[in-house]
Amino acid sequence: MSVFYPGSGEGELLVLAAPLSFWGGVSWETGAITNVRHPQLGEIVTGRVLVVPEPVGSSSSAAVLLELIRAGKAPAAIILGRPDAILVVACLVAREMGWTAPPVLLQQDLSGLSTGRVRVADGEVRPLA
Amino acid sequence: MRLDDDDTAIAAGRDGEGAATALRLVADMGRLLGADCLVPVASAHIDGCLYHGDSGTLFAEHLVNQGARVRVPSTTNVGALDLQRPGNVRLAGMPRDMALRLMRAYEALGCKPSWTCAPYQAGHRPAVGSDVAWGESNAVVFCNSVLGARTNRYGDFLDIACAIAGRAPRYGLHHPQNRRATVVVDTSPLSDAIKRQEAFWPAIGAWLGRTVGERIAVIDGLHGFATEDRLKALGAASASTGAVALFHVAQVTPEAPSVASIATDTAERLTLTPAMIRDARALLSTTSGDQVDAVAIGSPHCSYDEVLQLAVLMAGRKLRLPLYLNTGRHVLTRLEREGRLQPLTEAGVVPIVDTCVVVTPILPAGSGKVLMTNSGKFAFYAPGNTGYAVQFGSMADCVETAAAGRLVRDEAGWQ
Repeated sequence: MSVFYPGSGEGELLVLAAPLSFWGGVSWETGAITNVRHPQLGEIVTGRVLVVPEPVGSSSSAAVLLELIRAGKAPAAIILGRPDAILVVACLVAREMGWTAPPVLLQQDLSGLSTGRVRVADGEVRPLA
Repeated sequence: MRLDDDDTAIAAGRDGEGAATALRLVADMGRLLGADCLVPVASAHIDGCLYHGDSGTLFAEHLVNQGARVRVPSTTNVGALDLQRPGNVRLAGMPRDMALRLMRAYEALGCKPSWTCAPYQAGHRPAVGSDVAWGESNAVVFCNSVLGARTNRYGDFLDIACAIAGRAPRYGLHHPQNRRATVVVDTSPLSDAIKRQEAFWPAIGAWLGRTVGERIAVIDGLHGFATEDRLKALGAASASTGAVALFHVAQVTPEAPSVASIATDTAERLTLTPAMIRDARALLSTTSGDQVDAVAIGSPHCSYDEVLQLAVLMAGRKLRLPLYLNTGRHVLTRLEREGRLQPLTEAGVVPIVDTCVVVTPILPAGSGKVLMTNSGKFAFYAPGNTGYAVQFGSMADCVETAAAGRLVRDEAGWQ
């Protein structure tokens, strides 16, 4: 486990069942998954603890996440299964702009994460009752 | 991570507030990504100029207000507007203003306004082995694979930060030892006839991305079939369905004189069968039936050669459906100068420059519509971005479809 971007947040887990590019896959206006080939089409990433086992896709995904952050529609936290620069850069830019960004963690073993409400803080993920 | 004296001075504001912001971003990313130091870059390609809400504009203007300028030659990827033919894009009101402000801000930062996702065909071709900082997934994969220059997938914002700082975090694909193939793809079960199909290249790219994710593959057996435009199509599709930043083609791309020279000892071996490539091609379409409402080519932006190929395929015919030709101003200017553009537009071709039909509202609005394309990247992104369902085929299929007003797809060579 390592902290890619510090902070805390809590919400319902949303574990991506297939790789998802934010650009072309998540609406920057609504936070909904819009990729028609994705099994979680229509799910909303806003306020969720988003688990991204395999980061993929367009390098514009950072822009989509930054806009969700500015509009208050970002995930509550992001947990990556593999190191990837594209999403976390949005958090660093948000910091430059004075906007609050969700924490981003890297966790190699995602097997314990499926459903339910969790709190992400201090680099740890804790289930909530 | 070590910062040298120069890095530290820039971060402390020696070169102004904008350079300090950029260097801080690059250094923070370097620490997160496990970089050992920063590496000077020879050039940058900037993907941050496409409007997706006001935040990107505000950040770019923040850098301008801080007095930032790019330190290395930097080209711009597409924006959300066609600056040469403004009427092509239906954005209106505030979003249109913000999209234009975003493009102008990148110009004010000193970027060369190339506005193309194929900068490598607009004269921006870094040398083999040079370190660069490129954004836009297809440009990244082309830059690494076909040109042999070294970049990671620098997303929006990190690309401009690297350009202003003149440095990138040294990690990943900047290290030669990380550029070796951990997957070997054997294409020997495929016939030469399949490999000669234009639609084979986006299809194998889409399969590759889905199969290898971010791993580096060397594909064997494409020597004699690959052209620059075909490798462009392969790379763009692989970077859409997966996170491919680099692939090798044995005896074709600069780092792969042979499979043995570039593959690791423990590389996984995969064999691509005709059934697998047929499936990959079929998956690029999201609908059936013969309805098609519009046709689009040029993701990545069409090269000059591809437009000549389009003109040959049209053979002087009038089109019943609009055929959107997405290309760069570097190509369009040449076509106009040579008198080659007007016959195309008179026949029903709609040229789009500086942007494309899948990133901004250009296609007629409406539900239940179908887009035909020869691009694996358009096929992947069009449904989510435009609401159009997709039919995938070759450029020849696209032209025949546009001429007929309904789906025409040649299945010969795919049986």
